[in-house]
Amino acid sequence: MSATTTEPGTAYVPAAEALSAVMAPGARPRRPSALSASITFGWRAMLKIKHVPEQLFDVTAFPIIMTLMFTYLFGGALAGSTTEYLQYLLPGIMVTSIVMITMYTGVAVNTDIEKGVFDRFRSLSIWRPAPMVGYILGDMFRYTVASLVILVVGLVLGFRPGGGVTGVLAGIALLIAFSFAFSWVWTMFGLLLRSEKSVMGVSMLVLFPLTFLSNVFVDPETMPGWLQVFVEVNPITHLVSAVRSLMGGTTDTGEVTLVLISSAVLVVVFGTLTMRLYNRK
Amino acid sequence: MSEHGAGPAIETSGLIKIFGKNRALDGLDLTVPAGTVYGVLGPNGAGKTTAVRILATLLRPDGGEARVFGHDIVRDADAVRGRVSLTGQFASVDEDMTGMENLVLIARLLGYRKPGARDRAAQLLEAFGLTDAADRQVKNFSGGMRRRLDIAASILNTPELLFLDEPTTGLDPRSRNQVWDIIRIVVAQGTTVMLTTQYLDEADRLAGRIAVIDHGKVIAEGTPGQLKASVGAGSVHVRLRDASQRPEAERVLSKALDAPVQLEADPVALTARVAGEGIEHAAAERAARALSELAAAGISVDDFSLGQPSLDEAFLALTGAPARADARTDHPATSEETAA
Repeated sequence: MSATTTEPGTAYVPAAEALSAVMAPGARPRRPSALSASITFGWRAMLKIKHVPEQLFDVTAFPIIMTLMFTYLFGGALAGSTTEYLQYLLPGIMVTSIVMITMYTGVAVNTDIEKGVFDRFRSLSIWRPAPMVGYILGDMFRYTVASLVILVVGLVLGFRPGGGVTGVLAGIALLIAFSFAFSWVWTMFGLLLRSEKSVMGVSMLVLFPLTFLSNVFVDPETMPGWLQVFVEVNPITHLVSAVRSLMGGTTDTGEVTLVLISSAVLVVVFGTLTMRLYNRK
Repeated sequence: MSEHGAGPAIETSGLIKIFGKNRALDGLDLTVPAGTVYGVLGPNGAGKTTAVRILATLLRPDGGEARVFGHDIVRDADAVRGRVSLTGQFASVDEDMTGMENLVLIARLLGYRKPGARDRAAQLLEAFGLTDAADRQVKNFSGGMRRRLDIAASILNTPELLFLDEPTTGLDPRSRNQVWDIIRIVVAQGTTVMLTTQYLDEADRLAGRIAVIDHGKVIAEGTPGQLKASVGAGSVHVRLRDASQRPEAERVLSKALDAPVQLEADPVALTARVAGEGIEHAAAERAARALSELAAAGISVDDFSLGQPSLDEAFLALTGAPARADARTDHPATSEETAA
């Protein structure tokens, strides 16, 4: 490796003709559209997965562990049998796993932002949010992988969704749409906080209450009244209800609408905050 | 380029940037003519990188104004971004991606369609001698190759203004020479280059004009020749064969050069500053005359040299290093003494 690394470096002599030719003022292409620039950044995220495939570990191993752990840990106690509990738990555990891995968006933004390449992106004449949207587009691929992994594990363990293929896919689509919106929370923290560690720290603080204080694991009816109040306003509760209803074949349009509205609110609020920080950085 | 006529590439007035208690830029005034290499010289922490980051629209100034080709860098940031490129102090390329992928990425972001982007990337890799490394991840590149890829990415859209922030820091001499050659070719194509550096010889070799900055302010500005002239034309160093001839040599030299002569710790060595009004060949002429007068007086000279004033000397003088400041202030007084 080292022999080939130094060879072209030392042999190179800048040739005036070759360099002049590449600098000849040809027709400059038009500035790319917002969508095109975002997709290009999404492509970059996919290339990163190609070059560093280890990062898919947290969208494969982690969801499998989550599903197995909670099915067998709570199944017997809460629903009498693990298979029965799985019908209730699987949509919830899928939501929990995906929402939890959204925080990696923040980690990626945080580690990238200090690098020189980010200065280059920021000095280009492109739609400003494109780099951030690109991260999230790449992460949506990861969310899809994780969802499918959980689905397969669930099916193997005995998950039999009443909504059939359509219901299950609709549930996953809604979950990924919400995760896209929720990722903007992490782009904000990724830009706001100083280190990767602090992003992780904050994410635990946000994600644990949000996912556990919901209807993912148990029916909220069993909780004390004050906790029910929180569970009721928690967007994750509504997401889980909506996904459960879609997968179970009993689509609850009210819950689905609520999830779509909360997604839009998340994008507007945290997208705006993210872009303010991005432009100030 | 042509559409901007004779206007300067960069114009700043009273640019201020404050980080906490540190005034990184403290009223920076710069005028960078288009079509040249403009050197910004200063020690670490002088504000060079801050200035570049503000002009490349990466940072907002806290005060003052700056225009790039007439476009305000704050109000009209996008117009500025469309005309400039930046090669930062730390590689502005993605380490995890290959050389080809990096250039295709930038080409796509500049609006090239997919096939066009690949062609453009391949063309640049070829011109920068990186074709063999096209499919290798940048983290496996040598420092020189990485820097070349970085510059290739910066000229992908043939920018009107290229910022090079310490482009040769940390490079071996050969890679440094390659970068210098590239800069010369780039500027010959009509691109204005703003080059920051702490290497004085680099600014001297490449830049048409130089601004010396310290503590966020321009402390001197001009052509390399003008800056050198501000510290004098240079020094003559003489080593004699016989130490006993030194008093006689001192007399001959000070008369011939019309300048004070310094006796070195080494008993056979003398040094004289050549006043020369900053014109180098006049200094050389005078030094030659001094040498022949030493010979005429029967003084055997072992070694004789005329030290060109380096930009280094100029820099130290301008930033107020004590040794040089003394030499300058002492100069007229001593010369009167010796003349008398």
